[in-house]
Amino acid sequence: MFELIRRLFGDRRAAEPTSPSGGQAKERLKILLVHDRASVVPDALPALKDEIIAVISKYMDIDTQAMHIDVAREQGSVALRANIPILSWKKRPDHEVDL
Amino acid sequence: MADSIAYVVASGKGGVGKTTAVSNIGFALAQRGKKVVLVDADIGLRNLDVALGLENRVVYDLVDVVEGVCRLKQALVKDKRAENLYLLPAAQTRDKNAVNPVQMQELVERLKEQFEFVLIDCPAGIEQGFKNSIAGADSAIIVTTPEIAAVRDADRVIGLLEAAAKSDPRLIVNRVRPNMVKRGDMMHTADIVEILCVELLGVVPEDDQIIVSTNKGEPLTMRQSALAGTAFKNIAARLAGEQVAFMSLDADEGFVSRLFKALGLRG
Repeated sequence: MFELIRRLFGDRRAAEPTSPSGGQAKERLKILLVHDRASVVPDALPALKDEIIAVISKYMDIDTQAMHIDVAREQGSVALRANIPILSWKKRPDHEVDL
Repeated sequence: MADSIAYVVASGKGGVGKTTAVSNIGFALAQRGKKVVLVDADIGLRNLDVALGLENRVVYDLVDVVEGVCRLKQALVKDKRAENLYLLPAAQTRDKNAVNPVQMQELVERLKEQFEFVLIDCPAGIEQGFKNSIAGADSAIIVTTPEIAAVRDADRVIGLLEAAAKSDPRLIVNRVRPNMVKRGDMMHTADIVEILCVELLGVVPEDDQIIVSTNKGEPLTMRQSALAGTAFKNIAARLAGEQVAFMSLDADEGFVSRLFKALGLRG
């Protein structure tokens, strides 16, 4: 009887193969290091910020003092996060986009 | 000496086996006939003397040498079990600020005049003790274990070593448990090598005999039997310029080929 119930509901510990933790460790580590290395390569972020300003400034006036760029760790991934306040759109972009 | 080299053995994280690695590799190098000095740079937390079983023979220490209290020769403890193996102990009653990087650099230069291999046992962390330890080193040996925290700290240390222009650090993955790797519950050495982008120097399996050897104050490389001892001997051989194949540790069939792939070699 007990055996039947056990089989009906399934012995979860035996039936549900848990994903090997080694792979989980590797994935967590990779994400962790993308984030860590952003602060270890100190020149990359300021340089990136300058180039982003240059590109965006062709199309709009932005508040470069208030803008903020960082690397943020989110659930299962790492994101480059930028918060760039727009002051106004330029009526005529500095460069026409060639589509 | 003409072709002498100083390695700093670092990990960032504590407890991954730096001191064990230094004592075992040092002993194995001396057994190969190399002139070796092991420098305990963990000032205030002396450990290497105990790992080598030389704790009762320490008279002077590294800080005494730097401060001119004694001559370098007086502070060096000769290991009677191996020809050509010496220990320069750390001071136990001082702290990391008792020496500075310039003094360490000068000290290591003096040691290199007498020894072929200078192995510097770096304290855990990345503060003053770390900066002192790397100052005189030509290159670095990174010790890690297959755990996220240890590999993360290793990555940080590798970054700092690169910033300090220490050439091509090499990696030891310590405390590998082949049966756990086989069932997928421990990271593969090949994965760690790939993530850290460094050259692999050795893979050391977890071995109960390490604790036994530490209890006795006898490096495992003194004996023939233990698996970890063989792994450390292989590492010493590689440092001496020999080509030695990596242990497969019977993990799984793909292990060796994965390792070779990660190293950019044929599978």
